[in-house]
Amino acid sequence: MFKKLNITCNQATTICDKSQYGEAFFFDKIKLHIHFIGCKICVIYTKQNVLLTKFYKHKATTVKRKQDSLCMTHQEKDDLRKEFEKQNV
Amino acid sequence: MSNPSPITHTLDPMKWIDNYSDYLFRYTIVRVNNHEVSKDLVQETFFSGLKSAKNFEGKATERTWLISILKRKIIDHYRKTNSKKGQAEVRMNFYNDGENEGDWIEERVPQSWDNDVEKKLENTELQQQIDLCTDKLPKKYAMVFRMKTIQEIDTEVICKELDITSSNLWVIIHRARVQLRKCLEDNWFNN
Repeated sequence: MFKKLNITCNQATTICDKSQYGEAFFFDKIKLHIHFIGCKICVIYTKQNVLLTKFYKHKATTVKRKQDSLCMTHQEKDDLRKEFEKQNV
Repeated sequence: MSNPSPITHTLDPMKWIDNYSDYLFRYTIVRVNNHEVSKDLVQETFFSGLKSAKNFEGKATERTWLISILKRKIIDHYRKTNSKKGQAEVRMNFYNDGENEGDWIEERVPQSWDNDVEKKLENTELQQQIDLCTDKLPKKYAMVFRMKTIQEIDTEVICKELDITSSNLWVIIHRARVQLRKCLEDNWFNN
């Protein structure tokens, strides 16, 4: 029983990563919290991982705002059109 | 009474560039994060579409059909970047054998960051450093990480698009996050 609850730092950080996306299983989260009792390094990792999530969430909103303006230039489209017409002959 | 015949779609290649190039380009660039590569993949998609136009059955719309071709092009691109060289770029963070298996390697142990980190969220230089660290990831890791974290695409959809298992995806996300954390620590927080 106790063996099942015992996880390595590698496993603990993987669970922590999954939970950043809300995809960690409940039982895994319990194992993670038990791991924290004896491992302060993974506690630090988890705090920093949560921050990483915040950084990228912030980034995601900026990127999505800009996304609609992403397109090929007129020149690139003209070049593509020329190439395409050659292929379409 | 017989069923009405299903709608049959047709192809009009001469209008593809005007109608779909921007849509396909956006679809690609958020996945590969490279203007030139995206442009090339869109071009290849149009050329492949032209070659296989005779196989178009008209069941899907023109755009859906082109996207299905583009998805295959993106998977091919993903596979090409999924090279051994790419794998070698990932530094080990945990012992992978012996009695310490699964423990942190000493020099990779996370260090404390300063407490004001959260206030720096809007800091442009920090945003640039985040971009630099993401760009330093092996290409396949960066692609999966961006799709999952920045584009917030469902795990199932990413796995289907890139033809990987969810275990593969989580290994990639895990390694990417460990590497990103270390990169920010070395280049920003403890600099």
